[in-house]
Amino acid sequence: MNQAQNQIKNLIDENGKRTDGRTTDELREIKITVGVVKNADGSAFIEFGKNKIVAAVYGPREVHPKHMALPDRCVLRCRYHMSPFSTDTRKNPAPSRREVEISKVMRESLEPALILEDYPRAAIDVFVEILQADGGSRCAGITAASIALADAGINMRDIVCACAAGKVDNTIVLDINDTEDKEGIADMPVAYMPHLEQVTLLQLDGILTPEQFNECMDKAIVGCNMVYEIQRQALMQKYFGNETELKEE
Amino acid sequence: MSSSKRSTIIVEHLRKQQMWDSISKGKRLDGRNLDETRPMEIEFDIIKKANGSAKVKLGNTEVVAGVKVETGEPFEGLENKGALILSAEVLPTASPYSEPGPPDEETVELARVVDRGVRESQMVDLDKLVLIPGKTVYTIFVDCSIINADGNLFDATSYAVVSALISSKLPVFEIQDGKVVDIGNKQNPPITTIPISITAVRIGDAVILDPTSEEEACMDARITITTNSDGHFTAIQKGSTGAFTIEQIKKAAETARIKGEDVRTKLKELSNTGQ
Repeated sequence: MNQAQNQIKNLIDENGKRTDGRTTDELREIKITVGVVKNADGSAFIEFGKNKIVAAVYGPREVHPKHMALPDRCVLRCRYHMSPFSTDTRKNPAPSRREVEISKVMRESLEPALILEDYPRAAIDVFVEILQADGGSRCAGITAASIALADAGINMRDIVCACAAGKVDNTIVLDINDTEDKEGIADMPVAYMPHLEQVTLLQLDGILTPEQFNECMDKAIVGCNMVYEIQRQALMQKYFGNETELKEE
Repeated sequence: MSSSKRSTIIVEHLRKQQMWDSISKGKRLDGRNLDETRPMEIEFDIIKKANGSAKVKLGNTEVVAGVKVETGEPFEGLENKGALILSAEVLPTASPYSEPGPPDEETVELARVVDRGVRESQMVDLDKLVLIPGKTVYTIFVDCSIINADGNLFDATSYAVVSALISSKLPVFEIQDGKVVDIGNKQNPPITTIPISITAVRIGDAVILDPTSEEEACMDARITITTNSDGHFTAIQKGSTGAFTIEQIKKAAETARIKGEDVRTKLKELSNTGQ
């Protein structure tokens, strides 16, 4: 998104279709499978466009080292990591500064949804491994992690769903893919708690006018609600089999 | 791995209560209004050995930024652009809680968010800093040292970086017989816009600007919003373990535009008299 002048390619064609054939309001195909890592207390596998991400949750469990424990609540630990083979050129497996930052914002986007006071002196570990990276891996990772936390039976206030919106060729579009991320103008990942109607992650890279920012924000929230519906279906599928007709509340 | 931790600064319950009571009445413990920033002082060109430098004081928070210019290879994928590299270190002098050693995740986030504000706004026209396309470019290092930390490191560091860059004088390099030669002249950096970040934190239902470290220890959530000279948004980062409503975010964005313009005017004013 930083190189606006590299836009030789048109990212949106005359019919309003994007590089991968989507309209501006369309999400990539999302598939979530719950409970894929048998040893974990909770887990989820998400395919979000070309992203392939596994999220596993261990805990609540004892904190090691012990001095890290908190007397009044649970420690949430989060790791976002990209496999060396997940990108076009091999990624060094050592955590990059980008991964350090994403691990932090991911933890901070999940924490508001968890009732950590219910597990004092314990730890909950969330591991998010990017097996194949496409644009928007942090959003996909958060989406999977929150399902894994629900699968682990952690007390939660809400689910966290995440989706990016951005600006491509002067148009605000939903769910930026890899090409749009690299060649578009702006990328704005958002994580959202759909029932509490609160935003738990917000980042922006790139230039937006105030009007575009508001449009982007609204579009991202619509996207988050669409992601939430898929998350709900995935959890229903695991816990109620095919009785997915169950109405919410 | 990112881990939740106890706040380094422990604020007593009574003090917290006092802060909440005060904020609910529209005043903060240091007497500021909710949307009032602390006085900003900038000293330009304090490090003569650097190509540009500035010391910014925001209340008790004190940051020095220095610009050093070299030549080097361009980044992969950005062959026809100069390189801009930004780093930040919270010095052991900054507070009783900071220690020497590799940067922790907060410092990594700080450097990356400040970098994003400068980079995404295209403040420095990196296209103009190429010597041999694809091979040799100007490399601009901006290194920041936080000398005293009393909250809002994001804005103080960002203002220090911007001040150091706009007041810098770059050496003029030329290619002679395939070698890089410093011909001894100085040039102004190609500055296109002035990005200004504004950080707001939510404490309870109130959103306040420019928090002190005591206020940060009590905050629920933080948001840093950077605008460019056109008043467009160029970088945003939400931080801390709480959430914002959409209205709070949209309001903070509007505040960042208005307050950002004030800070930009002040910064330009200071840079004109400071040089």
